[in-house]
Amino acid sequence: MIKALQMIPEKCTSCLLCEMACSLENEGLFNPAKSRIKVFEFEHGKTSVPYTCTQCEEAWCLHACPTNAITINTDTGAKEVNDDKCVGCKVCTMACPYGTVNYNSATGKVIKCDLCGGDPKCVEACPTGAIVYQEVTQ
Amino acid sequence: MTWQKQILRVNLTSGTCTPEPLNMDWAYSYLGERGLATKYLWEGMDPTTDAMSPDNMLIFATGPLTGTMASTSGRFAVVTKGPLTNAIACSNSGGKFGASLKFAGYDMLILEGRSPTPVYLHIVDDEVSLLPADDLWGQTVWATDAAIHEKHQDPQLKIAAIGVAGEQGVRYACIVNDLHRAAGRSGVGAVMGSKNLKAIAVHGTRGVAVDDMPRFMSVVKRTWKKLEEDEGRKELTELGTNAMIDSMQAFGGLPTRNFQEVQFEGTDKINPEAMETPNANGHTNLISNKACFGCTIACGRVAHIDKTHFTIVNRKEYWHASGGLEYETAYAFGPVCGIDDIDALTFAGYLMNEHGMDPISFGVTLAAAMELFERGIITEKDTDGVSLKFGNAEALTIMAEKTGKFEGFGQLLALGSKRLCEKFGHPELSMAVKGQEFAGYDSRALPGMGLGYATSNRGACHLKHDVFAEDMEDQSAAGKAEPCKTSQDAIATIDSTGLCLFTSGAWDMADYAEQLDAACKGSWTRTTLEEVGERIWNLERQFNLAAGLTRADDTLPPRLLNDPAPSGTAKGRVCELDTMLSEYYGLRGWDNQGVPTPETLSRLNLSQKHS
Repeated sequence: MIKALQMIPEKCTSCLLCEMACSLENEGLFNPAKSRIKVFEFEHGKTSVPYTCTQCEEAWCLHACPTNAITINTDTGAKEVNDDKCVGCKVCTMACPYGTVNYNSATGKVIKCDLCGGDPKCVEACPTGAIVYQEVTQ
Repeated sequence: MTWQKQILRVNLTSGTCTPEPLNMDWAYSYLGERGLATKYLWEGMDPTTDAMSPDNMLIFATGPLTGTMASTSGRFAVVTKGPLTNAIACSNSGGKFGASLKFAGYDMLILEGRSPTPVYLHIVDDEVSLLPADDLWGQTVWATDAAIHEKHQDPQLKIAAIGVAGEQGVRYACIVNDLHRAAGRSGVGAVMGSKNLKAIAVHGTRGVAVDDMPRFMSVVKRTWKKLEEDEGRKELTELGTNAMIDSMQAFGGLPTRNFQEVQFEGTDKINPEAMETPNANGHTNLISNKACFGCTIACGRVAHIDKTHFTIVNRKEYWHASGGLEYETAYAFGPVCGIDDIDALTFAGYLMNEHGMDPISFGVTLAAAMELFERGIITEKDTDGVSLKFGNAEALTIMAEKTGKFEGFGQLLALGSKRLCEKFGHPELSMAVKGQEFAGYDSRALPGMGLGYATSNRGACHLKHDVFAEDMEDQSAAGKAEPCKTSQDAIATIDSTGLCLFTSGAWDMADYAEQLDAACKGSWTRTTLEEVGERIWNLERQFNLAAGLTRADDTLPPRLLNDPAPSGTAKGRVCELDTMLSEYYGLRGWDNQGVPTPETLSRLNLSQKHS
């Protein structure tokens, strides 16, 4: 059975530690601006919602990519960007209806959640259990 | 690494924004935030300068651990000469603004001069510009925040702004960031207003690295766990800081009706339980708790007001959630003004954030006005026809709004309690030290707190020392000077790391040292950090002495020194300050006038006089 990230907004305190852990894992430093997961805040903090790629079955990004740089990790189901093939054309960022593929101007490549190869660091960093990685029925 | 090794100097008179290297010798001697900014202030300006003069400096400073995964790493300090106290002002804030400033590549932001016209500062990494704020001048903090986000179409901008209170020089105007976090005390917002600077909007994308990342993350995991398991931390998460109101009520240290009493009959209507209990209409005040950047505690409250309450029944613009009651807000609008209406308190809290004012100083100033009113020294002729009787919730919200908009009697409340009470010939009714109003702890029940209040470099403050456990255990003055001095130094260090003081219940100095040592090159130990803290405390003292303060300013109002506590565990006690003060000066290595001796200064590598 495949695992997926699930968000529980009622538990989110908007501390952004998920963004910090994500940037550390992927960029080697603390930089929420380069995080693959984002926390959105509404109405003076009444609600805050962590949000990232849902690894959707449709995989619009994968089909839109002209260089086949996005592939499916068969172990995790994650749609992963292959940096060697990505030419930074940004078509995937437009194809994604959820806005979870983003262009990194520093590298000229796109970035998206890859579930950290099956051990998502945002889950580990969340102090309140607002992000969980658990098995789901398809 | 971990410091960005760069600061941004903005001269508002000439309109220039210049990055410059951080003085790393100073960084190693003063860390960051409170300490480092104090050093830059000391070196950069004449302490006798008027707080509202263009020659005053206004410094926003992050710490070496700001913007890291150390828990509570969202802190920054605003340091300047304060218009409330004419002493050094150091206000600490959380939210997300400080981390964003650090991510943009700056350890500090130094603002000098005065802009000829209203401006706001816009920072996206190294793209820095001063932009016209004529259309924002006169707007509230919240309206300004919305307008700047709208204009730049950048939801990631983190904004610190002042309201009309800051523009008009309300002596306790604060700087509000991220809508409801604030560099709250000592009138730093009035200094920002005097510079014609409406707001600072920053979006940082460069990130922060540390020296030894694997080691740092292993230390962070350990300190997170230690904090998670701490009982005090659990209470902060579950109840927020307002849990204190029940403790102080039971203990008899809860200042009530301008410190005439030390217990308040209405606490069960405004305590954490009341916040979580539905009222007769089924409305519950509290919605949830929220965290500042990088914080695993999340003591902040998000609340909303009953729509049928008199404060907002006809004002739909306040039918939204916002920052809820914290202990100091609950105390300063509640017991000290004799008010037990939770919705009125919450609304007044909204108004403080919206207009940019310190709730402690506003509440205690209003309490002084209420005592002047009840004694017949001022009447409804002075107060725009509003009855300022203790317990009048409507008076609280009317006056909060008048002061925030600088209208009518609000223009007198804007002076702070010291100047207000002097104006009406009763200086003894001001519950303040060095002109800054007390937090919610009575010095007769908590004598160590009294010594801390009297010696705090920014005027009365509950956050610059921690003698709480000693005071709760023994209410005599004996043995309070030593823990007061030691905790003042420790807190000066913590306030300079980039981390929140609310970690200090769980972490000791070795825990801070270990995190700093992994993050920053250098050799950080408990001993070096204790020395840094003592150096910072003495430099702040040097600034104040150079500004003209003396031993006579290290005192408490006569009410706390002469009038015994009327009830509670300290019934019959006064605060025996003199005994503690002499002992304290001795422990500090100061002479009997409170001046650091040449030996003390030399031991701490401090210069004797201002150059």
